[in-house]
Amino acid sequence: MSEHVDIDKQVRIYFLVFGALMVGTAATVGAYYLEVSVPVALTIGLFIASVKASLVACFFMHLIDEKKIIYWTLALTVAFFIALMALPLLTSVADQVGEFAEVEAHEPH
Amino acid sequence: MEIPYTVEAHPETGLNNGKIGIWLFLTSEVMLFGALFATFIMLRIGSDGNWAAMQAEAELNIPLATLNTAVLIASSLTMVMAWASLMRGQLGRFKLFGWATVGCGGIFLVIKYFEYTAKFEHHHYPESNTFLAIYFAMTGLHALHVIGGMAWNAYFTGPGSKLFHTNRQWLTDRVEHSGLFWHFVDLVWIFLFPVFYLL
Repeated sequence: MSEHVDIDKQVRIYFLVFGALMVGTAATVGAYYLEVSVPVALTIGLFIASVKASLVACFFMHLIDEKKIIYWTLALTVAFFIALMALPLLTSVADQVGEFAEVEAHEPH
Repeated sequence: MEIPYTVEAHPETGLNNGKIGIWLFLTSEVMLFGALFATFIMLRIGSDGNWAAMQAEAELNIPLATLNTAVLIASSLTMVMAWASLMRGQLGRFKLFGWATVGCGGIFLVIKYFEYTAKFEHHHYPESNTFLAIYFAMTGLHALHVIGGMAWNAYFTGPGSKLFHTNRQWLTDRVEHSGLFWHFVDLVWIFLFPVFYLL
């Protein structure tokens, strides 16, 4: 957070963000009761959660007005986080490729 | 010996040491919870279509979890208001918002206690199924973070607030740093809530 801040303006933003987070929570729960397929529900739920998380990070954690070294540190963290999330998906793909190759090997040519 | 750059910015980073320290700690926390979320994905993918049945068997209480989400969001607001009060030089209001934050943490844990005991009464334990195992692991770890954040905030709002009279900026920075941790705990719950209860 930079040293010179208009604290009254900041407080107004905090209350707006609080309202948006509450609306986001209501929307998340509301989406649960929509009769949609699992992939669509996952997409909606994780999209709303990501928007809420961005609001918390940008305004409550002051990331919208932070020094470059913090941004670089977080960029590195995000890169490792994405790699971590990709691991189970890659494992799943590798399993399916392995099963496919096994079926191919046992089929008569 | 005086520790340098506790309040003034380090010339290399433009930040005081506390700010750098808390962000580095939070990056390690991202990887800790990231590993558990990756585990969650693996378990869900590998459940051979049984995930929904295990989730239904767990009978998670959506209204209570929604209330807990609202409580944590409210605690994030009181946390930033505690910091803003210090920026304005209002010690009394800082203490009010600081204790409100600790109180919200307490309410969250009480609700979590009711949720957990309801599970145990129905003989739903971590060993019952894969869903409950990862549910208790992740929400339990999150609850430990809430306890840690409450202890940290209680110290600065209570005995640690004496620093206001000798070095107000240092106290303001420390509260901002404890707030960063508290908001991170809120941020983790923002993902835990839909992932376990709704999806």
